[in-house]
Amino acid sequence: MFGYANPTKFMALSGALLPWCWGLTLLCLAGGLYLGFAAPPDYQQGTTVTIMFIHVPAAIMAELAYAVIAVASIFSLVQRHILADVAARAAAPLGALFTALGLITGSLWGRPTWGAYWVWDARLTSFLLLLFLYLGYMALWSAIEDETKAARAAAILALVGAVNIPIIKFSVDWWNTLHQGESIISGKLDPVYLWPLLLMAAGYGFLFAGLMMTRIRTAIVERRIRSLMQAGA
Amino acid sequence: MNAFFALLTRDVRLAAREGGGAALALGFFALMATLVPLGVGADLHLLARVAGGILWVAAVLAALLSLDRLFQGDYEDGSLDLIALSPLPLEASALAKIVAHWLSTGLPLTLLSPLLALLFNLPPQGTAMLFVSLLVGTPAVSAVGAVGAALTLSLRRGGLLLPFIILPLLVPAVIFGAGAVSAALDGLAGGGLGFLAAFSGASLLLAPFVAAAGVRLNLAG
Repeated sequence: MFGYANPTKFMALSGALLPWCWGLTLLCLAGGLYLGFAAPPDYQQGTTVTIMFIHVPAAIMAELAYAVIAVASIFSLVQRHILADVAARAAAPLGALFTALGLITGSLWGRPTWGAYWVWDARLTSFLLLLFLYLGYMALWSAIEDETKAARAAAILALVGAVNIPIIKFSVDWWNTLHQGESIISGKLDPVYLWPLLLMAAGYGFLFAGLMMTRIRTAIVERRIRSLMQAGA
Repeated sequence: MNAFFALLTRDVRLAAREGGGAALALGFFALMATLVPLGVGADLHLLARVAGGILWVAAVLAALLSLDRLFQGDYEDGSLDLIALSPLPLEASALAKIVAHWLSTGLPLTLLSPLLALLFNLPPQGTAMLFVSLLVGTPAVSAVGAVGAALTLSLRRGGLLLPFIILPLLVPAVIFGAGAVSAALDGLAGGGLGFLAAFSGASLLLAPFVAAAGVRLNLAG
């Protein structure tokens, strides 16, 4: 696996994988959206249940992207590998975007269902905090000019955040139950809803992988151009 | 050990003397507490209800004010290099700086809090819990803040970035601290105080190592 941590090998491999990745993204998203819109309205939520197919995969990817950053940060600190830095940096805006998408679709769903765009529910609150963690991480990256220093500082912050996220999640759950006992609707998902949801989740996953590869490739090419220009000057 | 206390007393002295900012943090805390009733109205029942949360948030913000200078002053005049070169491990130096920061901001803020609680019509059991929870919880603010201060120490505008990266990490302290006060008002035992103590202890234990790593990466090269 670490053989592909070589930028040249990564460029070759990702170049070959990318078209397949985009194809699968399109296929899954198109299938998922079609099945999602074809699904019957829920007896309680009505047609707003369709939002779930866009919302839930976004929430999953939002958390996954932070896991990617945390793992890449460990490799960055332990192995000092340039590709780990690039991967961590590439994942952050994507994670922030998925978090924002999750929050926006969630509040659009909340308006007809709960009667308000925003309620201080434990899940909503911890996702809002996750968005701030992403933004702070990105702000630290861009604030430090020296790239090596920025990468290491951001990696440390990402790991502190990764340790803290479960504690934040726990504290927000505790806070929420202290103030209002909210019952979260749980139940088994009918296949009519499960299939489009799984397809959409797969589509989001391929989309994330494709965007990640593209962003890493761009960063590698950028570095090469910069070193060429420095060599020429 | 001597070096540890020497660094600690030096930092406390620097903070306490003119231009050190310890008194400014107290003033900021008192001013925040004055502004809130002007904003939300003078209803004493409402003020008693929100006092725990408001004073906790105000204390965290006030403690953050002086955090960006925790390592930066020493970094700019070169004494941080000497501290890093001294036989005292950098982790211990970071702990000394965290303790000094708490002694010069967290502790005075805690001592001032009963007076401000009086202005908010907080009942005695709430005031007692506010005092205890600030005493237990503010070390976490200094500890987690030191990590942010170490990561941003070479930045000229670090004072703006620091609260942004640190505040989300301090959410548990605010929730458990203010929660403990609410629970005390409702006559419930304990509340979040145990969790707050755990969060504070874990922060104090881990933060010196992370802050030292942050200082090292900024001193390298």
